[in-house]
Amino acid sequence: MGNKQTIFTDEQLDAYQDCTFFTRKEILRLHTRYHELAPNLVPMDYTNDPDCKVPIQLIINMPELMENPFKERIVESFSEAGDGNLSFNDFVDMFSVLSEMAPRELKAIYAFKIYDFNTDNFICKSDLEQTLNKLTREELTPEEVNLVCEKVIEEADLDGDGKLAFADFENMISRAPDFLRIGSSGKAIIGFPAGNTELMEKKVIDKEEKQ
Amino acid sequence: MPRPNKTQIEIKMEDVGIEIEQVERDSDDDTGRHGKTNRRQQNNKPSPAGARNNRNNNRSQPQARNGRRTAVEDDSEEEEEDEAPKPRRGNRKKLTKAQDSDEESEDEQPNRKTNKKGENQKHKEEPNNKEKQTDKKGKGKDKDKDDSKDKKKKKKKDSRYVLSSSSSSSSSSDDDSMSEGEMAKLMEEVEEKKKLVSNMRNKPWRMKRRLAALKEAQSFVEKFEGALGKGKGRRLFAYKKWIKFQRDFDNFKTSCIPWERKIKEVESHFGSSVASYFIFLRWMYGMNLVLFGITFGLVVIPEVLMGLPYGSIPRKTVPRAEQAKAMDFSTLWDFDGYCKYSVLFYGYYNDQRTIGLLKFRLPLAYLMVGIGTFGYSLMVVIRTMASNANESGGDGEDSDFLFCWKMFTSWDYLIGNSETADNKFASITTSFKEGIVDEEENQKDENIHLRRFLRVLANFLIVCSLGGSGYLIYFVVKRSQDFATRDNLGWYEKNEVEIVMSLLGLVCPPLFESIAELEEYHPRIALKWQLGRIFALFLGNLYTFLFALFDEVNQKLAVEESIKNATIWATHMHYANFTGNTSATPPPIDPADVIRGPCWETTVGIEFVKLTVSDIQVTYITILVGDFLRAVIVRFLNYCWCWDLESGFPSYGEFDISGNVLGLVFNQGMIWMGAFYAPGLVGINVLRLLTSMYYQSWAVMSSNVPHERIFKASRSNNFYMGLLLLILFLSLLPVVYTIMTLPPSFDCGPFSGKSKMFDIIMETIELDFPAFIGNIFSYVANPGLIIPAVLLMVLAIYYLNAVSKAYENSNLELKKKMQMQRDEEKNRRNNQDSTNSIMKDLEDLLPIMSGENKASTNKNDLPKTPKGADKQGGASRNGGRVNPEKEVSLAAQNPRIAVTRPPGPRPPGPLPGNPQLTVPGQRGRGPPQRVGRGQPRH
Repeated sequence: MGNKQTIFTDEQLDAYQDCTFFTRKEILRLHTRYHELAPNLVPMDYTNDPDCKVPIQLIINMPELMENPFKERIVESFSEAGDGNLSFNDFVDMFSVLSEMAPRELKAIYAFKIYDFNTDNFICKSDLEQTLNKLTREELTPEEVNLVCEKVIEEADLDGDGKLAFADFENMISRAPDFLRIGSSGKAIIGFPAGNTELMEKKVIDKEEKQ
Repeated sequence: MPRPNKTQIEIKMEDVGIEIEQVERDSDDDTGRHGKTNRRQQNNKPSPAGARNNRNNNRSQPQARNGRRTAVEDDSEEEEEDEAPKPRRGNRKKLTKAQDSDEESEDEQPNRKTNKKGENQKHKEEPNNKEKQTDKKGKGKDKDKDDSKDKKKKKKKDSRYVLSSSSSSSSSSDDDSMSEGEMAKLMEEVEEKKKLVSNMRNKPWRMKRRLAALKEAQSFVEKFEGALGKGKGRRLFAYKKWIKFQRDFDNFKTSCIPWERKIKEVESHFGSSVASYFIFLRWMYGMNLVLFGITFGLVVIPEVLMGLPYGSIPRKTVPRAEQAKAMDFSTLWDFDGYCKYSVLFYGYYNDQRTIGLLKFRLPLAYLMVGIGTFGYSLMVVIRTMASNANESGGDGEDSDFLFCWKMFTSWDYLIGNSETADNKFASITTSFKEGIVDEEENQKDENIHLRRFLRVLANFLIVCSLGGSGYLIYFVVKRSQDFATRDNLGWYEKNEVEIVMSLLGLVCPPLFESIAELEEYHPRIALKWQLGRIFALFLGNLYTFLFALFDEVNQKLAVEESIKNATIWATHMHYANFTGNTSATPPPIDPADVIRGPCWETTVGIEFVKLTVSDIQVTYITILVGDFLRAVIVRFLNYCWCWDLESGFPSYGEFDISGNVLGLVFNQGMIWMGAFYAPGLVGINVLRLLTSMYYQSWAVMSSNVPHERIFKASRSNNFYMGLLLLILFLSLLPVVYTIMTLPPSFDCGPFSGKSKMFDIIMETIELDFPAFIGNIFSYVANPGLIIPAVLLMVLAIYYLNAVSKAYENSNLELKKKMQMQRDEEKNRRNNQDSTNSIMKDLEDLLPIMSGENKASTNKNDLPKTPKGADKQGGASRNGGRVNPEKEVSLAAQNPRIAVTRPPGPRPPGPLPGNPQLTVPGQRGRGPPQRVGRGQPRH
């Protein structure tokens, strides 16, 4: 493979192909994107698994993540060390899970990780508060935030421990109408197609989370 | 925890030798693999438990193999691959090694022995057999590993090793007997590995782990099956294309909905209630477009193309007396002059039975279009109402997870444009506010008696003011009839009706609104009441208008009678004059000079068009002044004003939903009433709605502020539709009345010369259809048939109504049941305390084993504390760490809890002689997972 120089060996590409939802081409393109993020950090040659990471700041400024209120959390939950700096493996992983090919169940697992701000494997009230504040740009009053968070826990918490375990979360999310739609991408179409098409034009692997 | 544990072992093992370490490493990898396969055996798609299991592995695995271990790992796998083609002996040895699970130093010796035995006997199935056994053990151990990583349990582990080694030795004795079934098992294993490879991308693991697992699985399969079909790239690619196409198609569909983005934008800032107006407007536009198509396609354009041209006959010519001023702007503005004698109005159409080469029956088409307009509108309104009702029934409006879904699924992850993102943020905030308003309304504890009293009072006040204004209108109309007979009236007396009406329209709605505050309804319901009340008020408006119109029509009819005689006499005289002088045919009279009747139909049409146009003007000017100018003043005068204009008195306007909706509804009523007499009215209305859409959405975005309490509109616009239906019915009545009873004008319009308008149908039946159809028609029109038919319909309505009631009831019942079930489930999980207390009592009755009992009862009390702590402290990280352990220890000794829920999807798992661990397994999805997941953080 490779036009001018070898980026991956055939085996590597095959392995990536089997481990992600991407084709060879897309993996190479992803590598290009990854390389472009930090040209002086990332080597072109990946045949011998160089150990390098791109800092979080560069990643959250990618157009796919730029407007996302949870961008830091997304990147953090995909980084192996949890600090948000992504190795190429993490990077591919992130795009694979966020691609529209990924099944809902997988997305639900990562969605849970993303919303679990304090990484205690529960979505507790403080996580909910943070989520809400990010979603509304802190335009709700503290009382309203409190009310909403309590309602969420009341609705989804089945075992009554005052926080959402993954079972609760999955139970809830799998019944969401957007989640049930076929073809996995629901919300985007209902909402604003512009954001969608823009990404399409950029020829980047489309990303989305749960829809 | 696992790490120190592991390293300890490693250190220990280093004393023994490197080889051991490798075994241990392999086994570690293998554990994960067994876990996987087991899981797949249970169920192919990731179940909650399976997923959680995955997570456990995910958590523990990367940390378990860090540093040196990861570095060595790849090498070892390569080694594995290298070994693959080697002679069977080494191969099998390697394999068995790989199949070993946790078994460590103690386990190793017997293991080797079995290997050697197997090699000696050169039986292929041997490793397989062995593998299965260890596999089973692996299952148990896999779980053990998750659950028991504390040092305390180390001893148990050791004991287990002893146990497993013994079992493996027993298996080694079985090795001698190999069978076909085992061969099949091996194939199964290979199949599983293959499945694993193809499902690798669905595993919630870190990429590194996925790669490693993939390599391992592939090498395994290769070993046993040779070449393996790699990469499903092509198939995946096609699937991807399909998904992309689907999405593009969906996008295309959305982009085909007109003004979708505009409405979404309004909705995101002003809430769904304001958006519901615009959606209604769009719907009206669609309906009017169809009406426009029918009217213009079947009436106006045929007349223009095929009918006689302007000036050919009297009804298509401006009379001589009016010609001087016919082109003046003021005349045209009043729809007089050339406008009046144009294709826009009823009077222009000729009464020729057929026109043009195609023999188009224009008069018939005219009547049919008039009736069809109503028919289509009725059908469309009712259909929309029905489908809306369906939708609101089917969709979970009062869903269990309203806020959850808002919280977790409302962000659109495809948004990449900052403007769109801003809109999305606004819309999410708005939707939360809507939800909060609803929720507050639910939680409101109310003084029901006071509330009821206030509501009765408010309704009383409003009925009073409605009655008062009704009487006022009646009074004024009566007076104006008196005035009409008199001369020399002042300006006020001439316009009294209009002035009173507009004053009422100005004063009453705000009055109603302030009265409605007494009622404290939910804003959504309050809007409906407000709409209903203003609607009642405006009905007075409509009534006076119609009243005046019928007066005028009756006058015109009276005048017409005399003119008809006059014209007959005049034409007679004309011909008589000529025939007296010469024998030649007399020259025709110039069409402009013919004496004409007043043509009441055109008058009515003009009246409606004028009304519509003035309504448009008033609406647009009100928006411009009341909203835009106000906003400009408030915004810019605020810099130099005594008080804060923005938050103080004038502030910005809110979007008046009720006023706008009613405006739209009444306007549509005007169109329906007027369309028969002025076909052009539909065209004007289409233009109005089109401009209105842009103009109002601009105005609302530029100069209005959102309502104080943004509330969620009911998803169906059925209340608006109901109003529309009412207005449609009300406007149907006068039109049908005029068509059925009043004689058409003798010298204008398509029905001139007939005694009734519907005679045209009779004429068509008689002339154009064979005789038997006329017979059938007369039978059908027989009252003897019609009355039973009506009766039948009434009965059908009654029956269907009863059926739908029954369905509704059962629906409610089901909903209630679902709710109950949910509550029950919740309670069951929640109220472990209560069940425990009963159990505690029972336990107290037991005399023996007091020590154990006490321990368990004490622990029964414990769960309250962590729960309370969580709720107060928002589950700080510390709490999260400490609690699970407590709960686990609890759970371990409280097997009763297992009764409260069905066994989880996990395998039973417990190994004989390993009793402590069986209990968490039974407990299923609860606390054990918590331990598993909490653990890796230590």
